[in-house]
Amino acid sequence: MEVLQRFADHYNYVVTIFLMVAGLYIVIARGNLIKKLVGLSLFQTSVYLLYIEPGKIIGGTAPIIDPAFKVYSNPLPHVLILTAIVVGVATLALGLALVVRIHEAYGTIEEDEIFSREGEE
Amino acid sequence: MRAIMPHLPALQVVVPLIGALLSALLRRGTTAWALALLVSWTMPLIAASLLLQVLTSGPTSYHLGGWAPPWGIEYRVDLLNAFILLLVSGVAAVMMPFARRSVAAEVDQDKQSWFYSMYLLCLAGLLGITVTGDAFNIFVFLEISSLSTYVLIALGRDRRALVAAYQYLIMGTIGATFYVIGIGLLYLVTGSLNILDIAERLGPAAAQSSRPILAALAFLTVGISLKLALFPLHVWLPNAYAYAPSFATAFLAATATKVAIYVLLRLFFSVFGIAISFEHLPVSEVMLALSVAAMFIASLLAIFEQNVKRMLAYSSLGQIGYITLGISLANEAGLTGGIVHLFNHAVMKAALFLVLGAIVFRIGSVKLADLAGIGRRMPLTMAAFVIAGLAIIGAPGTAGFISKWYLAVGAFQKGWWPLVFLILASSMLAVVYIGRVVEVAWFREPSGLAEKAKDPPLSMLLPVLVLAIATIYFGFDTQASAGIASQAAHALLAGIK
Amino acid sequence: MKLDLILRIGTKLLLPFILLFALYVQFHGDFGPGGGFQAGVITAGMVILYALIFGVKAAKRIAPQGLVERMVPLGVLIYAGTGIAGLWLGSNYLDYSRLARDAPYGHELGIFAVELGVLITVAGTMTAIFYAFVDRGR
Repeated sequence: MEVLQRFADHYNYVVTIFLMVAGLYIVIARGNLIKKLVGLSLFQTSVYLLYIEPGKIIGGTAPIIDPAFKVYSNPLPHVLILTAIVVGVATLALGLALVVRIHEAYGTIEEDEIFSREGEE
Repeated sequence: MRAIMPHLPALQVVVPLIGALLSALLRRGTTAWALALLVSWTMPLIAASLLLQVLTSGPTSYHLGGWAPPWGIEYRVDLLNAFILLLVSGVAAVMMPFARRSVAAEVDQDKQSWFYSMYLLCLAGLLGITVTGDAFNIFVFLEISSLSTYVLIALGRDRRALVAAYQYLIMGTIGATFYVIGIGLLYLVTGSLNILDIAERLGPAAAQSSRPILAALAFLTVGISLKLALFPLHVWLPNAYAYAPSFATAFLAATATKVAIYVLLRLFFSVFGIAISFEHLPVSEVMLALSVAAMFIASLLAIFEQNVKRMLAYSSLGQIGYITLGISLANEAGLTGGIVHLFNHAVMKAALFLVLGAIVFRIGSVKLADLAGIGRRMPLTMAAFVIAGLAIIGAPGTAGFISKWYLAVGAFQKGWWPLVFLILASSMLAVVYIGRVVEVAWFREPSGLAEKAKDPPLSMLLPVLVLAIATIYFGFDTQASAGIASQAAHALLAGIK
Repeated sequence: MKLDLILRIGTKLLLPFILLFALYVQFHGDFGPGGGFQAGVITAGMVILYALIFGVKAAKRIAPQGLVERMVPLGVLIYAGTGIAGLWLGSNYLDYSRLARDAPYGHELGIFAVELGVLITVAGTMTAIFYAFVDRGR
């Protein structure tokens, strides 16, 4: 029971870790190059959550100084993750571009078929 | 001149960045090359004056945008940084004249300016990782250099280059994401991203290390190990090196993995400190086992490889094993050996891969069978191969001997004397794989493709020879390499400076 | 041809407003949500909408591929150049304090230039990616 309570209290971490592991699993287990990229994106997204969740301070407001408020949320994680999102998008775009080129060169985007065709060379 | 002195740390990154942008803007192959040459030759000057500055007046700090650390991003240069900066920019500068003909032969005309643009972007990223004192900034530069690396690899003509680039993209991104997770955990614990500040906040309290800190260490170690291709996280490397354009291979082999090792050193010794890295977790033992495995397995794979470029890639994995071995020893001699080997390996692998670049330029193949007798047709080039090959083996009188000597001393001091025999035994494997190429190239009659080959033009020959001579030079004059490395090792072991 | 009359006229009517909205997002970024990223994507969206309705050829007449591909480095160059300007005026790289008569104005000017660079780069990148993928299949 106590364990369950602990999970419920930290539900945000549970979600983050689930996404993280699911993403990583897809990258490893799937042979389709596009699906691998989807998994990779999921994996990266989980990290965005890891950063942003702790930035919210309960009862905190937007970090614009005002005498009416004393508690502010931490804006830094958002800025960091904005950068990480841009990096993630760039990676995804490059990955997709490579998949398009691979498809043109090999006629398939299944990993095992690509490797079997490489063996023929 | 005096006015720009305090801004050198920023210029170290900004100049190649602007170079990359200009060459992407101009879109002309030759202009882009000239720009890359100009930038590559400026970088060592900046790095050298930074090193001098550090040697005379201690670490320097630069506040980007005028925001003071720990809130702003700080560029912090100490001895280790400055040494790596000089290594990366120096090797790049020596190699650059080689690029023009090699790239013209191996990359399509309309993509050459992109190639140089990506090369400069990668250089900016690598120098950025080295110069910055902010943990998240390292991630950004890591991705800048990685993304440009993927493009550099994919620009190879072989279609397998595309698959290699894709595989590296997947592995590299996982590595970088692991790194961000690690930094995120550290940020949650300490509330800071400045490396020095994190180290201070972790400080003595971290000795009774909490679980997030240990988890952060694990994530960071695995993430960076992926980047530096520590066995068994190396699978992306052989294909990436084998199918990338020759110049890109030489540049990456000499610099990219080395910078990743620098990050590992920084994390283990500056951020976490020896207490956490090596006493609370069996990092040392794990690294040791993996390093030895890399030294042997990678060398064995190299012996049975028919593609010489891939063979050298496997050899790189083995050599990275020596460097991480030095890190896992974690005493002054061992660490010095690791850092010196980082330097020496960069020089000799650059020489070897450039030799292959010259061979590709002349005969268009790097299959071992095609190299029969090529030594008699390309004597100067292959002589450079023999010299750099001897350095890989660790023959006395070459740079490789110096680093292995320090590693052996470090192992003795630690009381792990069987390691000395392992270092010797794995060097014997290097004798086999280098010897195989030398035998084919020098002691067989020229035939087939090698028949009509001759030494490459001077712009390609000179960088090869300079690097080959450097491997001998650093085997005798150890003041520059080992001297600074041992000072850096001393500083690292002393902890926070 | 006749069937998509509404689409054509509608698009033509929409285009200036999309651009206007992009500029609003860009320049109102100081006071409200917005900035170069969003504005850049909206601008690129305008070009993409035009290409979807009138064809890529027509789109390349108003936004030539060479220009679009050069916008990518140009924007970053504006960003980096703003940093250099700070360097030139004797402060640190990316320090905007001395760009105008006092620090707050300097910062506003600096951010303005930087956001302009971001707009150009993001708009260029998005359009370039679109062109790159559209050109593939033919």
